[in-house]
Amino acid sequence: MQPISAVNDFVVKFANVNGSGSASANELFARAILRMGVPVCSRNIFPSNIQGLPTWYEVRVSGEGWLGRRGETADLVVAMNPQTWNKDVDSIEAGGYLLYDSTKPLTTQKLRPDVNLLGVPLTSLSNQIEGTIPRERQLLKNVITLGAAAQLLSMHLEIIEALIADQFKGKDKLIKLNYRAMQLGYDYAAANLAGKCRLKVEKADKVGDRIFIQGNDAAGLGAVYGGATVCAWYPITPSTSLAEAFTAHCKTFRVDPVTKKNNFAIVQAEDEIAAIGMVIGANWNGARGFTATSGPGISLMQEFFGLAYFAEVPAVVFDIQRGGPSTGMPTRTQQSDILLAAYASHGDTKHVLLFPEDPREAFEFAAEAFDLAERLQTPVFVMMDLDIGMNDWLCKPLTWDDSRKYDRGKIVTAEELEAGKFFGRYTDVDGDAIPYRTLPATHPSKGAYFTRGSSRNAMAKYSEEGADYVYNMQRLLRKLETAKGLVPAPVRRDAKEKTRYGAIYFGSTTPAMDEALAVLEKHGIHLNTLRLRAFPFGEEVVDFVQAHDQVFVVEQNRDAQMQKLMVNECALDPARFISILHYDGTPITARFITQAIAERMKVTHKEAAE
Amino acid sequence: MTYIAKPKLHHPGLKPNKLGFTHRDYEGSISTLCAGCGHDSISAALIQAAYELDLEPYRVAKMSGIGCSSKTPDYFLGNAHGFNSVHGRMPSVLTGANLANRDLIYLGVSGDGDSASIGLGQFAHCVRRGVNMVYICENNGVYGLTKGQFSATADKGSRSKTAVNSDNPIDLVSLALVLGATFVARSFSGDKKQLVPLLKAAIAHQGSAVLDVISPCVQFNNNPQSTKSYDFVREHNEAVNRLDFIEGRSPITADYEPGTVQVVQQHDGSFLKLSKLHADYDPTDRAGAMAYLQARHAAGEVVTGLLYLEEQADDLHAGLNTTATPLNKLTERELCPGSAKLAALNDEYR
Ligand SMILES: Cc1ncc(C[n+]2csc(CCOP(=O)(O)OP(=O)(O)O)c2C)c(N)n1
Ligand code: SF4
Repeated sequence: MQPISAVNDFVVKFANVNGSGSASANELFARAILRMGVPVCSRNIFPSNIQGLPTWYEVRVSGEGWLGRRGETADLVVAMNPQTWNKDVDSIEAGGYLLYDSTKPLTTQKLRPDVNLLGVPLTSLSNQIEGTIPRERQLLKNVITLGAAAQLLSMHLEIIEALIADQFKGKDKLIKLNYRAMQLGYDYAAANLAGKCRLKVEKADKVGDRIFIQGNDAAGLGAVYGGATVCAWYPITPSTSLAEAFTAHCKTFRVDPVTKKNNFAIVQAEDEIAAIGMVIGANWNGARGFTATSGPGISLMQEFFGLAYFAEVPAVVFDIQRGGPSTGMPTRTQQSDILLAAYASHGDTKHVLLFPEDPREAFEFAAEAFDLAERLQTPVFVMMDLDIGMNDWLCKPLTWDDSRKYDRGKIVTAEELEAGKFFGRYTDVDGDAIPYRTLPATHPSKGAYFTRGSSRNAMAKYSEEGADYVYNMQRLLRKLETAKGLVPAPVRRDAKEKTRYGAIYFGSTTPAMDEALAVLEKHGIHLNTLRLRAFPFGEEVVDFVQAHDQVFVVEQNRDAQMQKLMVNECALDPARFISILHYDGTPITARFITQAIAERMKVTHKEAAE
Repeated sequence: MTYIAKPKLHHPGLKPNKLGFTHRDYEGSISTLCAGCGHDSISAALIQAAYELDLEPYRVAKMSGIGCSSKTPDYFLGNAHGFNSVHGRMPSVLTGANLANRDLIYLGVSGDGDSASIGLGQFAHCVRRGVNMVYICENNGVYGLTKGQFSATADKGSRSKTAVNSDNPIDLVSLALVLGATFVARSFSGDKKQLVPLLKAAIAHQGSAVLDVISPCVQFNNNPQSTKSYDFVREHNEAVNRLDFIEGRSPITADYEPGTVQVVQQHDGSFLKLSKLHADYDPTDRAGAMAYLQARHAAGEVVTGLLYLEEQADDLHAGLNTTATPLNKLTERELCPGSAKLAALNDEYR
């Protein structure tokens, strides 16, 4: 079997044990490749556990710039976890490589004749590092591995050294230890494994000014830029790091330089019900408040979503989706809360949802969500997922237009009340179905009203009159029509050639989809595409579907939730749709999409021929 | 429930207070509760307290959950914004509102089902956070609005019209003490003389003030075997003190017989003059208060009065180190770091 040779186009997978301190060395590896100007896509696959269970860190090196997962296999596996050895060996492409700790000889372990062994005595090398305790040596093993991998892949040592120096700034002893460990691995590989690995990272200029950032971090920052002052949350993977990022960015940007007081308030609530209650209370009182949660939290918050929808109180909710139902797969990714969020709460409800494709859009939509929530006086859900939220993604730099003003929506001021401006809390004055509100304590004698989740008339007085109720419910529907013109429009991209086939996708599927489309095109399969960015759907969605005989809908859930939402909301014929569903908890891959669509196209072509 | 519109509350007169407001300015919509419901008396006491304190009604945010009791914020301070939220969750909504604007007066009105059953968790957590508010539980031992089921504050062995309660009661006052409330009182809707000054002191208090007000439900729980009936509370009411709320910062000069009066001062400068009815009851001793309550409850008494006060209380915002300006008044200038900072930050992600 010919060993795989590849330059800037391969996948490295690190198989680790949770809690062994591999994460930072892994990330260094990915960043070092980026600094060589070569795009990478990295995915962290981890268990719901603190210590002991298997984790994988997959780095796809792609000179061509593909940023989705390629598939389930890797070209080089770094096997640090005896527990998953067999599975890891199985996942190597034929002709690929296995880097392992050769301190003890391999005796009973599974091996494959078509896989090339790269043995590095990691344990015995780590024992050569003077003045360290066992725990430190364990950590440094990851760095020795990094050094060896760097040599094998022809990476530049000084780039990694610079990254280490950055990471441990001010801790000279640690920097020295890490340098030493890296050098040990590097030298061993140079002396003993020269020429054995034909995978290579070559300096390029393909990264540009792009940044490498996690979606939760970007969204937390977006909330700071978007003017959020109140954050109430309850810990849950994979959303916790969003609240933590908001906290960290607030500490940097929102502490008054003179008084040292905080221009923000963050409360770790007792549960998700309280978290959304606080968000609603804060927004009712004119502050921009949000919560970050995941499926189980969204389930708990249902009653409050109905209140905010019906009483027309703004709220921003980040749903970092994970594998459901129930506790499901808490550390795996899915797009499976779509219907839950779209129709959250009892009674007739519909909510505004945003679907960012990557951390950059997560930043933008985070800020945008506060404008939309206040403009529309309703909850807005930013539908992210674990894949975007907790992985570093290579994306365009974040930007902000300094002339941008927050859209605080329709708020009647004390001056306007004083001047005799009409105020009827639930009247549709402007014909866009969005009513005006007043904030508490606006005016001593005018503009106060009673907010409630029970039926009321247009003047906010309690009413069980059918006509009053229907008026409000109809207005809420019309308000959603107004929302269609305000939410981010879908992005349409037409194939090079005319085609009767379309594909719809959204969120974290984007990079895998981009690649799948390019591959399909090479095989003569042309698809026009529409990337959804929000619900409610505008006319563009209806037009797109109706313009194609068949439309693939690529989703990361079992039940084709987005497709159902389109069928339901746009009165579209379900027969037009073909679902491509990936929901095993791992991020969707380009290969999966390509194969699924190619297979279906074969069938459809055949059907057409018959 | 009665659907006959009742006349506006009867006032002692329409004498304006310092702000020029009369009682009428502190009223709200006409109550739709049953004639004789304790909750209406509490609304009347609140109106009286706000009037006597010369409060600007619109500076108050009235928050509630769901229940007959939770409807009442509609019936007082009509010029204040109100929020009738969801069952048992008023504390979180109030907390959020308070985070947004620390300058308003937050009145949380709840029932015993709302606070001690479905909302026990939220009650506990907003008290332990020290949210600056007046939290009133209008306690009738039953769910009024859903027609008379026992709530978690019903005493063991207490009877309603149709059932006997066999579960142990939750005492919100004891809980509030354990949870660190800085103002804890119990009163009775039928004792306006006691209730009004307690409400005034609670409103002046700069921290978590919890008032458990026994408020008989004439419809479902005012029968002779109920421990939340008018008669039972009147007969077993053991007030530990009588409170006089004194505004302003002038120290109290009058002489009192030793041991009969205790004067305490609150953070805002207001003085509370407590006429002691129980010589050795000290309302600044949290542990003592807890022990006393336990003992008297065992003896079948309903202890009322100002049960605990932390004179120099702090609130949630102190812990959060929030800026003095209400968060809802901050603008892009304070909130948005701008493009230059973002450009610099991008570098950290390369
Ligand atoms: C989630 C939910 N469950 C149940 C109810 C029905 N419900 C309305 S009020 C109430 C109890 C009210 O009792 P309490 O808080 O003691 O107030 P009261 O009516 O006695 O003043 C219940 C159970 C509800 N509104 N929401
Ligand atoms: S609490 Fe009882 S008395 Fe009061 S309104 Fe409700 S049912 Fe009537």
